[in-house]
Amino acid sequence: MHGDMAMLLLADSRLPAGGHAHSGGAEEAVRVGAITGPEDLARFLRGRLATAGVVTAALAAAACEVGSNPQPGRWQRLDAEADARISSPAQREASRTQGRLLVRTTRRIWPSESLETLAQAVPDGAHHPVALGAAAAAAGCEPRQAALAAAYTSVTAPATAAVRLLGLDPVLVHRLLADLAPALNDAAHEACVIQADDWSDLPAHAAPALDLLAEQHLRTEVRLFVS
Amino acid sequence: MSANHEDHHHAPDGHGRALRLGIGGPVGSGKTALVAALCRSLGPSLRLGVVTNDIYTTEDADFLRRAGVIDADRILAVQTGCCPHTAIRDDIAANIDAVETLEERFGPLDLVIVESGGDNLTATFSRGLADRQIFVLDVSGGDKVPRKGGPGVTAADLLVVNKTDLAPMVGADLTVMSRDAAKVRDGKPVLFTSIREDKGAHSVAEWVVGIVDTWQHQHAHTV
Ligand SMILES: Nc1nc2c(ncn2[C@@H]2O[C@H](COP(=O)(O)OP(=O)(O)OP(=O)(O)O)[C@@H](O)[C@H]2O)c(=O)[nH]1
Ligand SMILES: [Mg+2]
Repeated sequence: MHGDMAMLLLADSRLPAGGHAHSGGAEEAVRVGAITGPEDLARFLRGRLATAGVVTAALAAAACEVGSNPQPGRWQRLDAEADARISSPAQREASRTQGRLLVRTTRRIWPSESLETLAQAVPDGAHHPVALGAAAAAAGCEPRQAALAAAYTSVTAPATAAVRLLGLDPVLVHRLLADLAPALNDAAHEACVIQADDWSDLPAHAAPALDLLAEQHLRTEVRLFVS
Repeated sequence: MSANHEDHHHAPDGHGRALRLGIGGPVGSGKTALVAALCRSLGPSLRLGVVTNDIYTTEDADFLRRAGVIDADRILAVQTGCCPHTAIRDDIAANIDAVETLEERFGPLDLVIVESGGDNLTATFSRGLADRQIFVLDVSGGDKVPRKGGPGVTAADLLVVNKTDLAPMVGADLTVMSRDAAKVRDGKPVLFTSIREDKGAHSVAEWVVGIVDTWQHQHAHTV
């Protein structure tokens, strides 16, 4: 119904839900020299979208579907599926923190059964994509819109962080993001293939480099971003 | 701007919770020193929590913990992703989360102090985060700063001009600062401090006690 507007709001980096303080591994990648300029940033974004991006999009799509018929048990099961797909403890923690903040913010914007049942079922903070999907359902999105918003923010957060940390030309970085349009479409498509409640078949791509970056980042003394 | 300032109290969820006091101001002006001083002066009579917004590390939180002015667990540090003003103004989610975590763990509290990361003269707290705010300048930034104004200087509920002990050394004229501040602040209070000499920042502490009293009077549980 009002899904398009809601999708834009959820994907906007100005959504006041704490996203600005997360770099999706980019801060550590910059620190260790894995991102030094636009070329390696482009590779980083492409890799992130194809792995963590697809997984997060699939979880968000599934959560959006749960949100249309929310039950505590379903939320807990889906949240456990998310947990199983994030192998780095640092990333799990960051994901739960972002999820908790997102629920807090969106339940004031779109009061709904979807978000209330999720907050009760997972009180310490659901994983970020689960919270995003729940918010998307509350706001009237289809699962595909939830998947798009999730995949999109999985690349815009590190792109923005790289602009801030390396002083990259922001226009050039937006061009890199625009170039990802077909890949974003593919990610959303892959994310929406599974529609039933059998979530064991949801995408589970691993990204060991991102896991390692997240773990190192947590142990780095001087850092600007939470993750 | 001052007219808008009147509707602080419209926060629908103000009842029964602590007053949230933001402390902002440029880098190094003495925000953390003021937080420590307030903890020293108010700790015995008020139930306190502190949130710091460090820019790089957990330096401020660590300083406060080491200073031993407040139970270490009652200090939470928030990271701000390169943008200290974003975290207190445009996207306050992480700060609200920290404040509410303190209230859940240690509540009921009387006062939660949120120190912003050092920023510039335009950085102020969102009313969604801070019920009241103090802006801290120091005299070594030059006596022209109050004249320059900016939302921090003009709109904060209290302007603190710190490090008065340094005024003779940097050639800052305190009467000029006082006159200029009064001009742009529309009657709102200004206090001069030297936290180096007055470790409890007593004049500021007294002002804080006043706003906490008023807050509690207006937001008492009505159950
Ligand atoms: N001379 C003098 N020095 C002071 C006074 N108050 C604080 N300082 C010193 O000023 C320096 C900065 O103080 P902080 O309290 O860390 O300042 P801050 O505003 O928290 O700094 P950031 O958080 O980094 O922006 C420290 O070395 C303090 O000891 C004062 O009244 N007089
Ligand atoms: Mg400080």
